[in-house]
Amino acid sequence: MEPHQNTGDDRDPGLQPERTRLAWRRTTLAGTVATVLAVKAALNGGPDAPGITVAALCCALWLAFLAVAHQRIRVLAEGGEPTTLTPRIAGTAALCTVALAACAVALIL
Amino acid sequence: MGKVLQVIEFRRNIQLWFAPERIKEDGRTPDYRFSLANERTFLAWLRTSLALIGGGFAVDQFLPDLRWAWRAGLALGLLGAGVLCALRAVNHWVRCEQAMRRGEDLPVSRFPALLSIGVAIVAVAMVVVVLFGWEG
Repeated sequence: MEPHQNTGDDRDPGLQPERTRLAWRRTTLAGTVATVLAVKAALNGGPDAPGITVAALCCALWLAFLAVAHQRIRVLAEGGEPTTLTPRIAGTAALCTVALAACAVALIL
Repeated sequence: MGKVLQVIEFRRNIQLWFAPERIKEDGRTPDYRFSLANERTFLAWLRTSLALIGGGFAVDQFLPDLRWAWRAGLALGLLGAGVLCALRAVNHWVRCEQAMRRGEDLPVSRFPALLSIGVAIVAVAMVVVVLFGWEG
């Protein structure tokens, strides 16, 4: 029983994908909190047309973010050796975040 | 010269965001556990970015008695940091993935230091404003 022989396939292969899956889940939760704050800010001055538009936009961004996160979570939950994250998913997630910030700037100015 | 190379590298990275197959042209596929660790780091940065953006909304929402200029300034500072964080998260992820494929050292960055200084400045400004600038 050499302690250092436990590399590669001997190590629990489910652990890393699961940790990554949970990291995606945490990230969607953080996104949800930010979206709730965004919608609250947008509808703060009464539900007028620009406020509703921004709120709807934020919800759409949140749904897009959830969609890519769910796609990735499904791949990670499948078991076996997961594929590498694609730049498309990473880019979409980051762009949704940036667009949410743009909505915030529009609300403040 | 170094600056020019940096700009070229940056443009190449942005092209990679939208051409995922090109990342596979370089080097060998690393152990998937390293890729997953890189992915989790990316997600941690994205959460940081979302938290900063949430903070921007919160400043705008929950400090209504503040003078508009201060409120907008603090909120925009947090939002700007959030945007930088999100963009940098993707860029750093791509660079790490490439470095791992080529067997190079992982890229180092002064971004974490700059971000923490920025957050510290916003925090100090917020303390000062809340203590002395209330009602403006």
